[in-house]
Amino acid sequence: MNTALELKNVSKSFGLVKANKNINLAVEAGSIHGIIGENGAGKSTLMNIIYGMHRADSGEIHFGGQHVDVRSSADAIEHGIGMVHQHFMLVPTFTVLENVMLGTEGGLMLRDGRGAALERLLHLSETYNLKVDPHALVSDLNVGQRQRVEIIKALKGGAKVLILDEPTGVLTPQEADQLFEILKVLRDDGVSVLLITHKLSEIMDITDTVSIMRQGEMVGHRKTSETSPQELAELMVGREVLLEVDRKPAKPGEVRFSAKNLGYTNAQGVVELEDINFEVRSGEILGVAGVSGNGQTQLMETLAGMRHLTSGSLNILGTEVTAADQTDPRIIRDLGVGHIPEDRHTHGLVLNFEARENMILGFQDTGLAGDGKLFDYTAIQKNCEDKMAHYDVRPPNPRLNAKNFSGGNQQKIVIAREFSANPGVLLVGQPTRGVDVGAIEFIHKQLLELRDAGCAILLVSVELDEIMSLSDRIMVLCDGQNVGIIDSAKADRQTLGLMMAGQRQEAAA
Amino acid sequence: MSTPTPPLPRWADLILLPIINLFAAFFICGLIVLAIGENPIEALGVMIKGAFVYSGGLGYTLFYTTNYIFTGLAVALAFHCMMFNIGGEGQALIGGLGAALASFGLGVYLPAPLAIPLAVLGAFIAGGIWGVIPGYLQAKRGSHIVITTIMFNFLAASLMVYLLAGPMLEAGQQSPQTARLAESTLLPKMADMLRPLGINITSSPLNASFLIALGAMAVFYVLVWHTRLGFNIRSVGQNQEAAHYAGINVARTIIITMAISGGFAGLLATNEILGFNHKVVLNFTAGYGFTGIAVALMGRNHPIGIFLAALLFGALTQGGGELDFEFQSITREMVLLIQGMIILFSGALAYMFNPPLARMIAKFVAPKDPANG
Ligand SMILES: Nc1ncnc2c1ncn2[C@@H]1O[C@H](COP(=O)(O)OP(=O)(O)OP(=O)(O)O)[C@@H](O)[C@H]1O
Ligand SMILES: [Mg+2]
Repeated sequence: MNTALELKNVSKSFGLVKANKNINLAVEAGSIHGIIGENGAGKSTLMNIIYGMHRADSGEIHFGGQHVDVRSSADAIEHGIGMVHQHFMLVPTFTVLENVMLGTEGGLMLRDGRGAALERLLHLSETYNLKVDPHALVSDLNVGQRQRVEIIKALKGGAKVLILDEPTGVLTPQEADQLFEILKVLRDDGVSVLLITHKLSEIMDITDTVSIMRQGEMVGHRKTSETSPQELAELMVGREVLLEVDRKPAKPGEVRFSAKNLGYTNAQGVVELEDINFEVRSGEILGVAGVSGNGQTQLMETLAGMRHLTSGSLNILGTEVTAADQTDPRIIRDLGVGHIPEDRHTHGLVLNFEARENMILGFQDTGLAGDGKLFDYTAIQKNCEDKMAHYDVRPPNPRLNAKNFSGGNQQKIVIAREFSANPGVLLVGQPTRGVDVGAIEFIHKQLLELRDAGCAILLVSVELDEIMSLSDRIMVLCDGQNVGIIDSAKADRQTLGLMMAGQRQEAAA
Repeated sequence: MSTPTPPLPRWADLILLPIINLFAAFFICGLIVLAIGENPIEALGVMIKGAFVYSGGLGYTLFYTTNYIFTGLAVALAFHCMMFNIGGEGQALIGGLGAALASFGLGVYLPAPLAIPLAVLGAFIAGGIWGVIPGYLQAKRGSHIVITTIMFNFLAASLMVYLLAGPMLEAGQQSPQTARLAESTLLPKMADMLRPLGINITSSPLNASFLIALGAMAVFYVLVWHTRLGFNIRSVGQNQEAAHYAGINVARTIIITMAISGGFAGLLATNEILGFNHKVVLNFTAGYGFTGIAVALMGRNHPIGIFLAALLFGALTQGGGELDFEFQSITREMVLLIQGMIILFSGALAYMFNPPLARMIAKFVAPKDPANG
């Protein structure tokens, strides 16, 4: 057996938080090695140590059997490590080629390095089927394409170990499948892939071995062929986990939220939503399915008031909103609509704010921030402590900046804030993106409790399973149009797949 | 993404690092003084005595400090909203115009307790107007605030020349300046205010405006960290999209921020015009608006930090004058050089000593590094 990478007794603390405790890990050459663990278990920290972004407090790193001192990511790259981060690190205003060149421009004039970089880029994209236009601006690419750019960047120095931190969190299932094909080719080429994911199905499908972390410790290593999702989930969380949602039939009440001939045309004149009609009743969940990029984001943002609808109308808890009303998120929120945005980093959180400040974001004008004219930090602190306890945010430190929480815990902060406002209508985008199995179970349970308490919920997710297991009815979007709404009891993957491709299901509606 | 640097403890970041930067600046300046054949230690002594010890020195220092506090606060507030307000100079000039208009227009009819607040308000509002226009252009038209505030500095300067040499020129005067402001709107000297209390200090330009500056610091602190508006300002500054999501009116917040920021700069006129010159003279802002950027930067956009930075610059201005006076070969320009060095080390190169310092501290206090935040 040939180990590409070995960690011996690696430890790392951030202040009082012990993010990694005496971690041992061996990764075989030419294998796909999964790393799983709850939010905040220390996975990203460990990967950042390997990649030289953090320095371990103690312990050793061996590459190809050789003990090395990794002081910076430049060191790591030199030793054949490549990494794609949980949150992309591309310059949006640069082209793909420029992003790939970044850090290895070579020479005084850009032109010298350009030719070589282009050649390398085309070679990689050919060999591993990483299709992307070298001259496109990164800001014009969708997430899947951006990720390919990140992978090319990681591979350009001839990486022997490729680290992917939650690569599928932002991908559609189709894009994820494409990614896995790429990873298999890489593996067969002798590259070791370290894959972090919260999706046990992906671990089962693609990895050869899997290591499980819990609260900073490595709690086990398994051969994928010899384990089961149930066992992995229990190792991760330390208790039994319900992987299936237990959903009782809905008892829908009055219509709380509806759209009539809703349309949205952007500033460039592109029609992004057309003629959308739906109703959401109290006590039910309407799921929105579709291949990502078919108008889900626009729909959510229009409903939440972040964009102005350009035609048709909305009825929100009895208030009529038309294109003539210049809505904004404040107005919609004040009508009683909660919103969990799809992208927590751009919309849901101010990363440089403390957790307690984020816990009142959007509610800064309400009593949560204090009853008087001035902020009441005692109340703000208490509010955050309570919500952190109830939603199990770790570490439960209201003074920690949002950016220092792990991805899943950041999501829990947003969820805690929006759920506990007890909204009459709730717009939910990708609620469990980057969230661990234990937390998914919790979030799903909370969503259903909100539903049963009478909330009208509109749920957008790229996870078809999530949509199917939570929704009472499912609306399918294709190309900004509503293909149809079907009862979730009658929905199966086949039907939904056809609808997502644009086939109308009049009969089923 | 090069070498991983351990985070610097808060105390080191806020206290140790600025001191090291300051020392570095003084060290380089010392070398230069040495090079022109003077004794740097002696020069430093003269400066410190000039700024704090000689009779009236402290008064002058605090007088200059007052100016730096106002412009520092102006820049810092805009910074919290991620706006780079380079227009402090122009806003302060127009603040002078506002103070004068209030004084001539209303002050003459009113007793001091009413007239003074009016004149102060005049300075604040006029400066605010000069800040709010670029703010509006940025928020609604996307014209970059840096460009527009610079342009507004030129506009303000030209406008003042026109007014002071024309419509507002004192009858029979040769040099461009207004007549003396209404007596009831002039701010009392600090020395005169303290005398009835039995405290005797040497008379200096230091006046009640210093108290206004301290008040402005308190207002700044409460505004930024304890009000909803402050929360909105910081949200917009840190993440506009999240602010929009949270129902904050981004454009309005930018406009309001620039209005208040301009107002702070405008208050400089309370010190220079209402407190000292007692009439509007040409170019009374003398670059304070620009130095305010360095003050805010060095003061980390926090009122306490701004006060300390302003005090430093105030002492430099005063002590530097003394230096010019005492030494043949050291001129006013030398003082500007020192200021420049300090700006360079604590502004532009503020974090130069961060990595080595952080590594050193990490080595010493690693075992019980306090929890973040
Ligand atoms: N820069 C930092 N400062 C302070 N604490 C940090 C920092 N980075 C990480 N942590 C803490 O270290 C712990 C491990 O975080 P890490 O990001 O490695 O988790 P993770 O396993 O990747 O979780 P997720 O699945 O949610 O991404 C968390 O408790 C986190 O809050
Ligand atoms: Mg992570």
